[in-house]
Formats: sequence, structure tokens, C-alpha cells
Amino acid sequence: MHPTDTRDPQYYHRVVDCQWACPAHTNVPEYIRLIADGKYTESYMLNRESNVFPGILGRTCDRPCEPACRRTRVEDEPVAICRLKRVAADLRGEIDHLLPKAAVEKNGKRIALIGAGPASLTVANDLIPLGYHCTIFEALPKPGGLMRTNIPSFRLPVEVLEEEMDMILNMGAEVHYNHRIDSLKELLDEGDFDAYFVGTGAPKGKELNIPGRTEGDANIHIGIEWLESIHFGHIDSVGEHVLVIGVGNTAMDCCRSSKRLGGKDIKVMARKSRPYFKASPWELEDAEDEEVEILVDHSPQCFVIEDGQLKGMIFDLVEWEENDKGRLVSTKHGETFIQADDVVLAIGQDNAFPWIERDIGIEFGEWDMPVVDRATFMTTREGVFVGGDAAWGPENIIWAVEHGHQAAISIHNYCQGVPVTDRPPYGMNLVSTKMGIHEWRYSNDYDPVLRTEMRYADLEKRLSDMKIEAELGFDVKETVREVERCLNCDIQTDFTTNLCIECDACIDVCPVTCLTITHNGDEDDLRQRLMAPAENIDQAIFASESLPQTGRIMVKDEDLCVHCGLCAERCPTAAWDMMQFDLLNPYAGHQSWPEKAITASTTSV
Amino acid sequence: MSYIKKPAARHPKLRVNSLGLTVRDYEGSMSTLCAGCGHDSVTAALVQAFFELEVEPHRLAKLSGIGCSSKTPAYFVSEAHGFNSVHGRMPSVAAGANAAHRDLLYVGISGDGDSLSIGLGQFCHAIRRNVNMLYLLENNGVYGLTKGQFSASADIGSTSKGGVANQQGPIDPVNTALSLGATFVARSFSGDKNQLVPILKAGLSHNGFAFVDVISPCVTFNDHQGSTKSYAHTRSHMHEVIETDFVPLKTEITTEYSEGSVQGITMHDGSVVKLHKVADEYDPTERRAVLDYLADVGSRGEIATGLLYLEESGADMHGFENTVDRPLVEIPFADLCPGSKGLEEVQKEWW
Repeated sequence: MHPTDTRDPQYYHRVVDCQWACPAHTNVPEYIRLIADGKYTESYMLNRESNVFPGILGRTCDRPCEPACRRTRVEDEPVAICRLKRVAADLRGEIDHLLPKAAVEKNGKRIALIGAGPASLTVANDLIPLGYHCTIFEALPKPGGLMRTNIPSFRLPVEVLEEEMDMILNMGAEVHYNHRIDSLKELLDEGDFDAYFVGTGAPKGKELNIPGRTEGDANIHIGIEWLESIHFGHIDSVGEHVLVIGVGNTAMDCCRSSKRLGGKDIKVMARKSRPYFKASPWELEDAEDEEVEILVDHSPQCFVIEDGQLKGMIFDLVEWEENDKGRLVSTKHGETFIQADDVVLAIGQDNAFPWIERDIGIEFGEWDMPVVDRATFMTTREGVFVGGDAAWGPENIIWAVEHGHQAAISIHNYCQGVPVTDRPPYGMNLVSTKMGIHEWRYSNDYDPVLRTEMRYADLEKRLSDMKIEAELGFDVKETVREVERCLNCDIQTDFTTNLCIECDACIDVCPVTCLTITHNGDEDDLRQRLMAPAENIDQAIFASESLPQTGRIMVKDEDLCVHCGLCAERCPTAAWDMMQFDLLNPYAGHQSWPEKAITASTTSV
Repeated sequence: MSYIKKPAARHPKLRVNSLGLTVRDYEGSMSTLCAGCGHDSVTAALVQAFFELEVEPHRLAKLSGIGCSSKTPAYFVSEAHGFNSVHGRMPSVAAGANAAHRDLLYVGISGDGDSLSIGLGQFCHAIRRNVNMLYLLENNGVYGLTKGQFSASADIGSTSKGGVANQQGPIDPVNTALSLGATFVARSFSGDKNQLVPILKAGLSHNGFAFVDVISPCVTFNDHQGSTKSYAHTRSHMHEVIETDFVPLKTEITTEYSEGSVQGITMHDGSVVKLHKVADEYDPTERRAVLDYLADVGSRGEIATGLLYLEESGADMHGFENTVDRPLVEIPFADLCPGSKGLEEVQKEWW
């Protein structure tokens, strides 16, 4: 195996599982340490740099970071990363002076942003400080897109939403509300803009065309449209018996909203069993805590209408089995009628681009979706970019934000005459955390406490009002406990080969058996020859250059390292050091990161 | 030296032995020795050996005297019995404990100061008695606890950290043990666990005094250029005479070795120690030949390592003294104490 190049930012980046899993590569361990230090404002601003909406995401993020969390590999539950993000947002101080400002001198370039959701807002956030004039066209009377219309206020209070959007809009974005773009061709033909960004989301809820759908229409609702109507106050009640079809996160929002609109008997109807549910586990838990019933293996057959009135639905009772091709197939073994006054359909969303003409140089591909470059976010027509759910279908907010950052880089390049494929590099800083013989600039002690449970508002109280936030957030005591669970994966075990005297001290002390000194070999072979086999191939193994005394190599399996720093504490020559890794994300206008690390060591070499 | 406790988190795929224990269950408290100390590696090798031999922690007794080496019993098998005795007096305590309870596994940890200076007499007599124990001498050629004076094992010409060369001849513990009739004599290196662990396992299975001299560098006072007990010097001057394989009793012996190069010796407990001779003429059962060979290797400035001498047929201390088979603790008080009348009878023998 070739020696690992730890000066390539992506090697250590991959070790920081949460940051690697986060589409926007938020520096999670550092923001958690800032919270631990009581530096909520700094923590908030660090978050904002990459994910733009810490308060919103601290409540609503799909949390790709948490399943990735290293803690799940040495213990069951991940660090409550998302809820800690909310702590930073809840407890932060004044930040006006820290926010990006619009450039005093404009650069004369005008950008059209279609849709005022998270993707477009991120583009505006990145481009306005560089001197661009951003004009946002929004079909609804208020900004936010699905963050506003699809996420009920009991999960995301409107004040939190508006405050964070205002940070961007108040920089001087020009917004046209109630202004639906019905023809992209027209907008392009007007020629007012230098570049165009489509961030219109996936606004069409999927239909369920089974008998009775038309007749029962008055009481059959499309989930995302229904949630939007609730948000704008057009709907303020629901029948006593409600069926929610589908078991994704939108279904969870629909059933919990029903509870708050007066529904008594709420059932979520799932075609398959629990392992196949699309909703996040925590959203399922929250719904069940609110006494929503989830029925599995019920496949909708028809709506039952009597005297023009919806009475309920008939479901096929099914069993699922894998066929020889590994696909799940169902067999019906009965059917059942379930009473309903209202039915909400939450079985997915589609994109819809009736407003983009097919003869304007924008190629459309599979599923009637525009062809968008995965790296540049540009369509086949130069100067037209697409991001967020509009690009490749429904994802989540944090993806939309990352799309926005990347599209902003492209738009900036495009407007400055630089090829959009010229992507600015990632960079990194690497600085020793050594403060003394046994002192590090981070809390290296492993705290075996279990994940802190969230507290909720009293059930009766929260079900009485759509606007009462269900989760109470962590208080200071809970926060102090939870931050200590973070393993500080960004504090890297950095190895200097020529200092090693092969005394084995690091290997002997490592609590998780991740170090080995052995003869070199292929990676597959090495993985089997370590002190404990490195079977998780998603995690890298580090290989040093040949060691000075025996010519063997130092190998580290990154999989289970708890970053306790004992290898470095027990190293007599400081061949191991605990170095803080800081990934430098590329953003529009910041294109000068060094491609290799800047390192500074406080240890004597 | 470290201030945090070793994290409780462990590798989920750690092997489990027949007692349901992982290697981490044989650890002790955190070491307070200098970072990089050879002794910590010896401790880790012991932990590995106990785990692989499936030693029940409560069947183990750890004994030591004074010195850096003698601190280490605190760093392995917390559940074992332990006795930290007076400087150089560990062999007497071990002999006494073994006399009273012959069924425990005894491990004595000593250093070059503890065994070759203040405790040299004790060391010699434990060998003569053939006390059934594993006796580890963690040898770094220097008095670490008192900041780096030459010890009795320092070679002539080896320099101190300040650059002064040693002029007094060393006491070679391996030579000493061999000449006093030790039945198991080995030398190894803390930086070579592949060699050390099987030797420790064989030593733990030996019926009698198993002596292992481990070169265990002192990173703080004796790991510089000019030292003959440094990591670098030991690595470049090691001469492995014998490779040792330890085959426990219950393992079927499947590997076959060519006649002459491998010598299998069956231990008291039925396990087999396989000795792969690197030098053809070497015979690890011929005491005088071994002494000659070692003198030869030594004269070239090389350090002979491996299980150098083994004699499994000899009687141990209990054999010489013709003691009872059972540990005293298991003998009912009525049988153990002869009573006044019985004692009088016994004393009459000397009247």
C-alpha cells in the first residue's frame, strides 16, 4: 500500500464522519466544541457559513450526519448533532455585525432566482456580498418555499424561519412575491439578467388514482397542498377520523397536523412494514407519541363514497415477500374497510416544469426532468442553472443549501468569464492541539453517557395549538452533557514517520485496537493483518512510509478511533500528534485556498 | 503518564477466550511510567499471554519489588492477587507464597536494579530453589527512578545520557541464571512481541523457575546513541538463536517440521513448546553448550535472544521439599495444625 497522503484535505475530511456525510460539510465537531465553551454566537456563525439556516436546520434537518456519527460504531446512539445546532441558534447573542453584507460597489451583474426556497436563498446569500444584484421571483405571497409551506409551525416556528431568511433578504435582494414565472422563454427573452437560477422545488404532490377519487374529492387532500393551505390559514379544521396515506416525513407532518386541527382518530396507512418506512425514525416516534396509529401492510383499494360523501376506504391486507429477483412482491390475503372523514395523500412529490419551454436549448431527459450537470448545476443552456429539489427530485433542505453554494460558484465563474468547470479547491488547516504533556486543546476524555433525550411540550397543550413548538430544545444542563459525547473526530491523529522509534506504546494503549506496526502489503491483505481486522471498508486505513528502524509501516484503521489522544500522550517522540483539522470549503468568491495543508505544530520536532 | 482513564470503548470484534474474556479484560490501571517505556510493552505482552492462555484472573499472583519495573503489576490483570514487596526481596515473598499456595500462577516482575544489585542474592536463591514462577527481569541498564545512573547490567563502554562511558563489567542475568542451574532461561526484547509473547506463555507453563531477561529500553535515560540498551541498538544487534512456538495442550499439532531444525518439548501441563533453531549446532537442552554459544555471540557484541535453555524434567521447590500436593489453604485446620501433642512429637526429632 502506498503511504497515505494526509496532506490531501479529503483524507482527514473523510475521518470526520459527520462532516463528510453532511452535504454542506458543516464543521460539526468544532461547532459542538464552541457550544461546550458557551460560545453560542461563534458556533452559530460557524454553522451559518456552510448551512446558512442553523435555526431552521437545527429543527428540521434530515440529519445525514447522525447515522454517520462514529459514536454509533462504539455505542448505539449518535451524538444529538441536530439538536445541538438548535442550541447554538436558540442561545446565540447579537449577530448583526457578523453577518455578510452586500458589497458597497455592485459589479453590475444581475441574477434571476426563480423560487424563494432554500436553494435560491443560498445563492443570494453567496452572491450579494460579491456585488451581484439578485432578483427573486416567488409565486406565493411569502418566501421560504417548502420550509414555510410543508413544515408545520409546531416543528418550525415562523419567527425562526423568517429571521433567518431575513438575514439574506435584508442584504438587499429584490423580491417579487405573487409573481409566478409562467414562461422561462419570456424571462430569457427579456434579457434583463446575466444568469438564471431555477430553485422551484418539487411542488406537485403525487395522486392516487383509485375508484372513488373524483367523487370524494372534497375530503381527499394532496398532502403538500393541504399543509400549505393550513400554513396560510385556508384550512383550520379536519374531520374526526383521518387517514393519512403514505409513511414518509410529509405523512408525519400531515398526521400530526390533523391531531392539532381537531382530528381524534388519526391513522397512518402503510403498504409495507416498518423497515421500509421512508420517514426518519425520530419523526415516526414523535407521531406515535402524539397517539397517531400506524397500520402496516394495508394497500389502498378504493375510496368508499355514500350519498356523495366520503365514508372511508377499503384496503387490501397484504403480505410481502422477496421474489427470486430480490424484489418485494405482495400477496393479498383479505381486505378491510376503515372509516374516514378526511383522507390525506402523502405518497411522494413530483417535479413539474410546464413553464420551461422545450425549444430554448434546455435539454430534458428521463422523467421529463431538465438535464443538469452534477458538478456545475448548469443546464444544457449556458447561464441557466438548476438546484434544490428542482434539479433531481425531492431531497431535503441541507442538500438544497449545498446546491445553492455550488450553483453560486458556477454563476460567479460564468459571470466573470471563467469556465464553470473550474471548481475552486478544498483546502485545510492542520494545527497541533498540544498544550502540555497531558493537555490538549480539546476534551479528550471519553464520556460513556448515553444520548440525551429530548423533552417535549405537554401533550395536551401542544395538540391544542398549531403554533406551539413540540420540542423544547436542550437546556444548558442537557447541552453540557450532550456535547461531551462528541468524539472530536476532527482532532486528527497525525503521524510523522521519521520520528517513530517503534516502541509500540501507541499500539499498547489504544483502547479500540486500531494501530498496528507490520510489514507492508496490499490494502486488502493489510486490512486482515491488523491487530483487529479492518472490516469496515467505508473507513480508510492510514499507512505510513517505511519506519526508520525496521522498515515496517505504521497502519491505522480509522474506523473506531475515539480520538482520545492516548497514542499521542504515550508517544515519547511526538511522532503522533493530535492535530485539529479545519476543512476549508470552497465558496463563490473564495478561491484561493492552498490545495495542500498549511500545518503548524506546537510540538518540538 | 496520562491523566485520562483509558476509554471504556473497545473494538466490537475483539476475540473472546473460553472464559468469555477479551484481551482488554486482562488490563490493569493506566501506566504512570514515561511515554514509550519498554516496560509498558512488556505489560502488553503479558496481557496478551494471559488472554491467550485463558488464565483465570483470580488464579494469578503478581509480585514485585521496587523500581520502574516493579510498578508494572498494577498495570495488568486488576483482578489478580498482588504483592509489592521490599526492594530486591520479591523472590523470598514469591517463594513463601508459592510454599503456602502451590496452585496459583506466580509472576514476579523485577528490574536490573532490583535483581542484579540489591536483590542479587535473593534472585540467585530463587533459582537454586527452582521456585515455580515466571520471573521477568525488565532490563534497561539504568536506574531510571533515580535519574539515570548505570545499573549492574550496563555494558562496558555504554554511555550515559551525559556521554560518560561505563567502565565496570556487567552482570549478565542470563549467564548468571544458567550457571546457577535455572531450568528455563530466555532473553527477549520489549519491541518484539512476536518473540516475547510465546516465550511468556512457555514460561507460564514451565514447572519451575522460568527466567526471562527482557531488554526493555528506558526512553528517558538510556535510549540515546552510545547506549547498548536503546531501541535502535537492540534492534540492530539482536541475534535470534531460537524461534519459539507455544502449542497449548488442547490444540492439535498439525504442522510438521523437518527433523533437526525443530525441537518439541512437552511441558508439565501437556502443552508443547516448539523451538525452531536458527543455528543448526545449537542445542537448547545442553547447558554447557548454551553457555559457550552465548559467550561466542556476546563476544561479537550481539545480543542472543529466544528461549535459550529449557529443562522440563527437574523438580521444583515442592519436589525438593517433598511437600503435600494440596495448597495449605485447602487443607482443613485440624489436619494442618498438629496440635500441642503432635508438635511435641515433631520436636522430639531434634532432641
